Amino acid sequence: MTTVDGRHELDREAERLAYKPPEIRHDKQGDMDSDERINKAMHNFVKNFNTQTASYLDGCLHCGMCADACHFHVRTDDPRYTPIWKIELFKRTYKRQVGPFAFFYRLLGLKRQVTIEDLEEWQHLLYDSCTVCGRCSLVCPMGIDIAGLVSMARHGMFKAGLVPHELHEVAKKSAETGSPLGITPDKFEDRADWMADEHDVEIPMDVDQADVLAVMSSIEIQKYPQSIAATAKILNAAGESWTFRTDGFEATNFGMLSGNPEWQKAASLKLIDAAVKIGAKTLVLPECGHAYMALRWMGANMYGKPLPFKVMHISEYLADALNTGKIKVKKVDKSITYHDPCQVSRRGGATQAARDVLNHLTGDFREMPLGGDYNWCCGGGGGVVTIKRADPLRHRVFKLKMDQVEQTEADELVSSCANCRQSFDDSQQHFGWDYTMGSLMEMVAENLEEDGS
Amino acid sequence: MDLLEFAKGPALQVAAYILVAGSIWRLVGIVLLKEKPDYSEPRQSAGLLAALKVIYTRSFTAAPFKAATLYPKMLAYVMHIGLFAVVFLFVPHIMFFEGFLGIEWPGLPNNIIYLLGVAAVVASFALLVRRLTSPVLKLISNFDDYFSWFATVLPLITGLMIPVRMGLRYETILAIHILSVALLMIWLPFGKLGHTFLVFVTRGTTGMVFERRGAKT
Repeated sequence: MTTVDGRHELDREAERLAYKPPEIRHDKQGDMDSDERINKAMHNFVKNFNTQTASYLDGCLHCGMCADACHFHVRTDDPRYTPIWKIELFKRTYKRQVGPFAFFYRLLGLKRQVTIEDLEEWQHLLYDSCTVCGRCSLVCPMGIDIAGLVSMARHGMFKAGLVPHELHEVAKKSAETGSPLGITPDKFEDRADWMADEHDVEIPMDVDQADVLAVMSSIEIQKYPQSIAATAKILNAAGESWTFRTDGFEATNFGMLSGNPEWQKAASLKLIDAAVKIGAKTLVLPECGHAYMALRWMGANMYGKPLPFKVMHISEYLADALNTGKIKVKKVDKSITYHDPCQVSRRGGATQAARDVLNHLTGDFREMPLGGDYNWCCGGGGGVVTIKRADPLRHRVFKLKMDQVEQTEADELVSSCANCRQSFDDSQQHFGWDYTMGSLMEMVAENLEEDGS
Repeated sequence: MDLLEFAKGPALQVAAYILVAGSIWRLVGIVLLKEKPDYSEPRQSAGLLAALKVIYTRSFTAAPFKAATLYPKMLAYVMHIGLFAVVFLFVPHIMFFEGFLGIEWPGLPNNIIYLLGVAAVVASFALLVRRLTSPVLKLISNFDDYFSWFATVLPLITGLMIPVRMGLRYETILAIHILSVALLMIWLPFGKLGHTFLVFVTRGTTGMVFERRGAKT
């Protein structure tokens, strides 16, 4: 049973009438004039065009089915949240300026030129109301990866200086300090030492040569520091030669989320260089969804050649370690349900890993209705959780998640993404909800069998 | 040269040239764009088979979306199946294709073709009503959507008018039908009707990219 704590009115029944649209706010960076912003937005959108993206922009049927897959549209009925509409400006520009019939479109005036007012309006659609979760891509009859196009459109928006203020600040801090929360190497080392004492676990730091490089996300280091200890307990139990490195510990990639490929590349190269330096055979990514997309699927392309080591999400590492008997866990006497991070499962292909882990942990794993690859996003991915003005909308779409979780009636709720966890924690507090998001990795660490190594 | 001779001759010939040249231009414009190599380690191999898999599987709606998309999907199936049957399985059309392809194939009885043709027209009008009334579709629709609808439905209607005549001479109504087909052929490469061939590119590339990751397609 849930208990409402009274701090916030629970408006889950009178939802559509109670919906308050997000405040209108168009943030800008830099002092470019309007024409320059428009040119930069469009140029940087089409800069990395290939057959895939061009066919996507040319192939849309305007069937509108993607609206039915998007949590923002499903929860508001606002047609502007139709996923393909979120890239309308860029689709229009492609057809007018780049596509095979651009000349005719311009000659006949079939596609209106994009204005700065358009771009300002689209800031809300490209950032506040898209978590790049990719659910829309699964319903599209043409197979268009709309989420991928949104990421490309963000490249244009970033270069045009049209990113929501908070997300830009976080990305900038990350580029300047190496961490979106300003965690310096010293601070990371301090917190690792603290966790080593607190949990009585050995945490190797800055080892010169190791088979495994483990990395963390700032969200974990700052908000869930027990994750550092849990990582160490698991890798120690598995008997790995491993280390954290102060010169490459931050897995989050706000360059990618905000739309700046240079910052994205710099963040990825930091991890890659650290892994190469110690001769790592495997880099284990933490519980972070977008970190998996950034390094597992985009890292080598940032590097310009294949990576000389394997990249694994922690859930993949755990599944492998448990399946091969490297580590063993005690079964917990509880039913557990799992929230799939979109970038790990739906878009990353590691859906099964967490299920393997959970089947070792419990005899009562409860799949959510529409679980796995069709899971509803937590609403905070793609950088949305950082954008304060998007909070009302994010809380609104979280209702889908609450329903999904509650239908399982599971005792415990876990995930494998600190960003999702943060989003859940915030919405839990907002709604006074009684489900607390837990960590799959921490659950494994808490239930390790001593003789498992 | 009377209207029918014009329709059967120069009109259809020019339309065919535009159809072929326009389609090639559009496809080449897309396919020749630079491709960056993907250096990430694939979870599984995904070449042409992955592309073919998604070209096939995306013809069907994934279970979680079935309820929400049932109505437009059913209409789209009826429209596409009807259109296919009318174009390729109507005996006079097969004879026309045989004229320049040199091969023939079995057709369907005329009554079934008329039935499928009527069903396709009805489904098309239902889709148009949906486009004009759904808030989502009203917002995202543009000239291309409406003109493509018109260019597709017109040959169906003029074709169905041939046995009815409606007071017109057979030669006249046939000429109008052929001219409407020419209009469809001319428009096809330029607008959204290009999905006739683009569907293989979009589904295929998605298949290759996502199957490579082992991700849901």
